[in-house]
Amino acid sequence: MTLDRTLEERSERIAKGGGEKYQQKNEAKGKLFVRERLRQLFDDDIDIEDAFFANCMDESLPSDGVVTGVGKINGQNVCVMANDSTVKAGSWGARTVEKIIRIQETALKLEIPMLYLVDSAGARITDQVEMFPNRRGAGRIFQNQIKLSGRVPQVCLLFGPSAAGGAYIPAFCDIVVMVDGNASMYLGSPRMAEKVIGEKVSLEEMGGAKMHCSESGCGDVLVSDEHEAIDFARRYLTYFPANFRTRPPENPVQDPAEFEKTLGDLIPENQNAPFDMYQLIERIIDEDSFCEIKKLFAPEIITGLARIDGQSVGIIANQPRAKGGVLFPDSADKAAKFMQLCDAFNIPLLFLADIPGFMIGTRVEKAGIIRHGAKMLSAMSEATVPKISVIVRKAYGAGLYAMAGPAFEPDCCLALPSAQIAVMGPEAAVNAVYANRIAELSEEERPAFIKEKHEEYKENIDIYRLASEMVIDDIVQPDRLRNELSNRFEVYRSKNVQFTERKHGVYPV
Amino acid sequence: MSEVTASMAGSVWKINVLEGDQVTSGQDIVILESMKMEIPLPAESDGTLKELKVKEGDFVNEGDTIAIIE
Repeated sequence: MTLDRTLEERSERIAKGGGEKYQQKNEAKGKLFVRERLRQLFDDDIDIEDAFFANCMDESLPSDGVVTGVGKINGQNVCVMANDSTVKAGSWGARTVEKIIRIQETALKLEIPMLYLVDSAGARITDQVEMFPNRRGAGRIFQNQIKLSGRVPQVCLLFGPSAAGGAYIPAFCDIVVMVDGNASMYLGSPRMAEKVIGEKVSLEEMGGAKMHCSESGCGDVLVSDEHEAIDFARRYLTYFPANFRTRPPENPVQDPAEFEKTLGDLIPENQNAPFDMYQLIERIIDEDSFCEIKKLFAPEIITGLARIDGQSVGIIANQPRAKGGVLFPDSADKAAKFMQLCDAFNIPLLFLADIPGFMIGTRVEKAGIIRHGAKMLSAMSEATVPKISVIVRKAYGAGLYAMAGPAFEPDCCLALPSAQIAVMGPEAAVNAVYANRIAELSEEERPAFIKEKHEEYKENIDIYRLASEMVIDDIVQPDRLRNELSNRFEVYRSKNVQFTERKHGVYPV
Repeated sequence: MSEVTASMAGSVWKINVLEGDQVTSGQDIVILESMKMEIPLPAESDGTLKELKVKEGDFVNEGDTIAIIE
């Protein structure tokens, strides 16, 4: 046999992965073979691949269960590691780990995005000494992820399990896309949970995609199949630069979608009535440009990438339709991470405030609402990208602060005519100030007194008064908001500031 | 069968349905008042409103069952 023929044969065998039986198992679950995933992910296919022959002396471990290399997405080179679940369930041996570490080092050197296509049962216990405790063991994967964080975008597509230590790969990524029914994340399997703590629970309930995307917040985007996950990743990356040194790519300018009802028609006069913030968002952004993150988690705050005049922008918006738009520990968490994501990659921030404040009561105090709120304020305050705060309706108490109120150096704070800025709403304020007085009055006298005080209070916080005091920078007609935002973001593009000098802050996490 | 649960702590401000009514997914069953805001609690499925667990003025905590739809 010629040398060429040997190479050809061995390559063919390795490229097929772990064998027919496992391919069929994959197919039955609606899973694609790892090399097919990569073909769909990249513009073309993987361009360069390293350590294809890893562990080739053992025929049962083609490429040692992981494909690593570089390919193009939207014309941009990106590094990828992709588990092959047909090879010992995508488990990690010593060479698997070394391959992942090397491709991360490549991403670090080249400063290009790093994608993790995860589908792995975890460590091969039989190989533990070679891959677990050592300097270039699995711990180094996480060390590298943490080092890469904020330097280049890190995206995780979760196609199957990510178990035990492996569950930290998604945890350190900027974004985690989970395929419903197949993806899972957990430290101890249900079997282990039953043995060790006596809990009987299904995998789906304990670590399934739906749970993580709606309850734990460990997942960001729930998709129904692998094609959708791959499409999402390709779309997501269109909003991002290759690394923190550059700006996001520009897209062609696009008008917002057209609607019969204008913003002016939609915003209710009654501050306390629910209002669907999505309706405002779609009227100010380029048509079809909204890419929502954590839609199912803490829906009282909306976070998503969008474009205004073809430029990437990160939107943080209160959603009065869910929990009144009140901030909770989870919503503060969600917003904090999103703001850090945008700030890391030079994506300007747009705040749309319609917020009665942070939640009060025993339950949230026990959950540490104060420190979670402080975390959100820190992330917002530290962000040095262009920041525009729009007060849509109410912005009460610390809610004003959390939504980049004037004290937090937004590049401007705009108000719609419906805006109301105050320590608290009129009803609560009148109660707080005149509680004793109200109690002394007779039943008949009360309504007139309360009404009079409400009116006085409203005059005191009138938006024109705040404009006169230069608390806000401008009052904008709702239907002119899009225009105003595109003008201002265009102007603020050259902003170049450093927040403060230090090693790093001490985060109130 | 599905349950309508309180999305946050608050008091029951308005009940929009009666036991036995046909309800559709997305329809606001009860409106809470919390943090001075109206908090609509929509049905998550179509069906008959089997049981209302609250009356106007009641305090409810996050996660409490408000109504059962069958």
